[in-house]
Amino acid sequence: MNYTEGTPLRDTRAPDGPLETRWERRRLAARLVSPANRRRMSVIVVGTGLAGASAAATLAELGYQVLSFCYQDSPRRAHSVAAQGGINAAKNYAGDGDSTARLFHDTIKGGDFRARESNVYRLTEVSGAIIDHCVAQGVPFAREYGGLLDTRSFGGAQVSRTFYARGQTGQQLLLGAYQALARQIHAGRVVSRPRTEMLDLVVSDGRARGVVVRDLVTGEITTHTADAVVLATGGYGNVFHLSTNAKGSNATAIWRAHKRGAWFANPCFTQIHPTCIPVGGDHQSKLTLMSESLRNDGRVWVPARPGDPRRPAEIPESERDYFLERRYPRFGNLVPRDIAARATKAVCDEGKGVGRGVYLDFADAIARLGRDVIAERYGNLFEMYQRITAEDPYSTPMRIYPAVHYTMGGLWVDYDLRSTIPGLFVVGEANFSDHGANRLGASALMQGLADGYFVLPAVIGDYLADGPFGAVSPEAVDEAEDSVHATVAALLAVNGDRTPESFHRELGRVMWDHCGMERSADGLAEALKRIPDLRADFWRRVKVTGSGSALNQTLEHAGRVADFLELAELMCLDALHRAESCGGHFRAESQTPDGEARRDDERFAYVAAWEHTGGTPVLHREELAFTAVRPSERSYR
Amino acid sequence: MKYTLRVWRQNGPDDRGRLVEYTVDGITPDMSFLEMLDVLNERLLLDGDESIAFDHDCREGICGMCGLMINGTAHGPQKATTTCQLHMREFDPRKPITIEPWRARPFPVVRDLVVDRSALDRVIESGGHVGVHAGAAPDAHAVPVPKPDADRAFAAAACIGCGACVAACPNGSAMLFTAAKAVHLAALPPGQPERGTRALTMVQTQDDLGFGGCTQAGECATACPKEIGTDVIALLNRDVLWKVD
Ligand SMILES: Cc1cc2nc3c(=O)[nH]c(=O)nc-3n(C[C@H](O)[C@H](O)[C@H](O)COP(=O)(O)OP(=O)(O)OC[C@H]3O[C@@H](n4cnc5c(N)ncnc54)[C@H](O)[C@@H]3O)c2cc1C
Ligand code: FES
Repeated sequence: MNYTEGTPLRDTRAPDGPLETRWERRRLAARLVSPANRRRMSVIVVGTGLAGASAAATLAELGYQVLSFCYQDSPRRAHSVAAQGGINAAKNYAGDGDSTARLFHDTIKGGDFRARESNVYRLTEVSGAIIDHCVAQGVPFAREYGGLLDTRSFGGAQVSRTFYARGQTGQQLLLGAYQALARQIHAGRVVSRPRTEMLDLVVSDGRARGVVVRDLVTGEITTHTADAVVLATGGYGNVFHLSTNAKGSNATAIWRAHKRGAWFANPCFTQIHPTCIPVGGDHQSKLTLMSESLRNDGRVWVPARPGDPRRPAEIPESERDYFLERRYPRFGNLVPRDIAARATKAVCDEGKGVGRGVYLDFADAIARLGRDVIAERYGNLFEMYQRITAEDPYSTPMRIYPAVHYTMGGLWVDYDLRSTIPGLFVVGEANFSDHGANRLGASALMQGLADGYFVLPAVIGDYLADGPFGAVSPEAVDEAEDSVHATVAALLAVNGDRTPESFHRELGRVMWDHCGMERSADGLAEALKRIPDLRADFWRRVKVTGSGSALNQTLEHAGRVADFLELAELMCLDALHRAESCGGHFRAESQTPDGEARRDDERFAYVAAWEHTGGTPVLHREELAFTAVRPSERSYR
Repeated sequence: MKYTLRVWRQNGPDDRGRLVEYTVDGITPDMSFLEMLDVLNERLLLDGDESIAFDHDCREGICGMCGLMINGTAHGPQKATTTCQLHMREFDPRKPITIEPWRARPFPVVRDLVVDRSALDRVIESGGHVGVHAGAAPDAHAVPVPKPDADRAFAAAACIGCGACVAACPNGSAMLFTAAKAVHLAALPPGQPERGTRALTMVQTQDDLGFGGCTQAGECATACPKEIGTDVIALLNRDVLWKVD
């Protein structure tokens, strides 16, 4: 697959001038819609995770009419519910020197200087208000005996700024957002449509004006129109088949919007999380994360001697390699994810791995703090681990290995979260905006809620102030609906001899091998050869039984796999064109003598935004300018 | 290993439904229960049959989407464990496994093992929230919260809304679910202003939706994968009575 160069992306709609006042100035300049007019404006929000639920609830609070969709049977089940560890905010409650500027600096550096300064600064600026709002909603964050909020540390930070609710932070934050949404549903300002999947975007007169959806229970395909559309459909990590994402997490909504004109930014930026339960067998259906917060107290090690057959307790201290502490003495076990994941892979490649993984050991922490404290902090994670592996982490170290976890790439958005299709806004993990080439732990929840509670509601009015936008063209609706009907019919018609799952598994293996933790020109070229073949095979041999006019989970899965098979190719192309290593994107050809990533700011200090043409993709560059931090070598040693 | 399964198949809400027997081979002890069903489904599909519909998403015990009656027990034999967290090592291959959907009046079967639990959303919509809008909150440290209160709120808020309590209850009552939300919010300062109305409205809504009344059978708490205890029901009743007075 080849690509051509298109015009650079110049306008990100961020004000110039001092970073510290950009958001204030942007808000002041943004036009408002009067309360009376808001009632006449409608917004579709696809997705009810932290980003979508918070956006839908807040837009409804402002008076807009909101239509909300999710594929689960209740908005409360969106994948955000599974986030374990915590949410960052620059509150400096720990009094350890945190500030907006420091969180900004950590996030830009953590993202390996591939994120846009203006967006990141704003994110850190609104982070404190998120915590305030969630507490006011009744989110039961962990507290100290004095009644104040407790915090802990996450990777890539030397301060304690992560707020948490045991190992269920995502659940508690999501329930807060879901309840806010429920309140608006009750008030009649939000119509909620669970078990409904968006399958296409309606673009009329150059504006995003609606979505084509399939009712997953009846199979009915309908179109809903509005004055603006917000996508909050999460990440696409499941392109790798095995990931820590929920089984239903998919790329369908953003991919089909991409095919309608929304450019896709940095698709190859994937986060591989260092601490997950290793793959067990061939029929494994998903991977389970063991939260990064465990690295606050757990120590990562392998036997110093490859193939050491002894049980962990029998290996004396002197014969253990605490490789993160050894290689990165300043951050130790709390280096960022990409660094920890790669170091883990490196020791396993040297043959020091222990049964497909490395140890994460709590013995020291239990000796120091006592079992109760550890149970209080991580009890549910320990239980989860024990259920899956039948081993007790209180008495024997966990075994962990990296797994696909998060996608920094996503639809390109400007400072106002507008995609390249007017009227299409993208929030949360579905956009590419704030994490550059690597996301810091506990920053996705922060970003999703920042987008939904504070950023989108403040800027969407500036777009809607031009509305109402008149009638939606019936041709545009027909065309989109016809294309959805055609895809559903095509999937049912093949009637081949392979399951959608088998294609998904095979695609995942290609992606993991060639577009995973380490990428090379040869490997990517190989993947770019195999993916189109696999896709052709899919459309020749996939088997979907049942009908399109009923609940049909095989059909749902097949549609998602079809989209992954297209997206995967763009990911590999993006990874191939970016001949540098940065953050989670590690190119074998671009490393230092001691195996660290070598970034190339001369050639690659830009966001790669891809335009879909149906033929050769077009690359548009958004050059990244750094005014407040100077890109430096990203060292955690 | 090879297992015999009896699985509830039902084409839609109007179909009568029946148990169908399957054998599934090649199962290993470290497979999860749902992975076992995945294996069966892939085989059914290749044989040209329709796969068995069942709800699931996170597969790590937190989204509340999964939920099966396994040998008559909501979420199966293991305590404090959702269906998706069960592993085949817990099951004896010599004994057949019966798999059915949640059964309760307000949970109509959609297809096979999938039921419609949206009535639980209606309960929360009616009152399970705090009336605060984004941007209006004071600093998070403005009101300290005693740790025991925060812990109590958290324990109740751990509910994943799976509906096992309803399925396990002989009356099909949602009291544990409703009470968990009421107690979560009642334990915290922001929950105070609407505390009485919230409790009353949610209880009325669940009654209107056709959930049964609570006769303190206690089956709900036994089935709850998050180990929420019936003490929350007593606390809810207190708030309801306080409001009714
Ligand atoms: C196991 C795990 C643990 C994590 N822990 C943390 C953590 O501790 N801290 C942190 O900051 N981040 C964490 N993350 C990352 C974080 O949880 C996610 O990035 C974030 O929650 C994504 O939120 P979202 O609102 O963008 O999307 P999601 O929560 O993924 O929601 C997507 C929504 O879109 C809907 N949807 C998707 N496709 C369609 C479609 N085609 N049609 C209709 N609806 C659709 C879904 O139904 C859902 O409602 C974790 C991630 C995982 C996997
Ligand atoms: S699938 Fe999420 S709780 Fe079981």
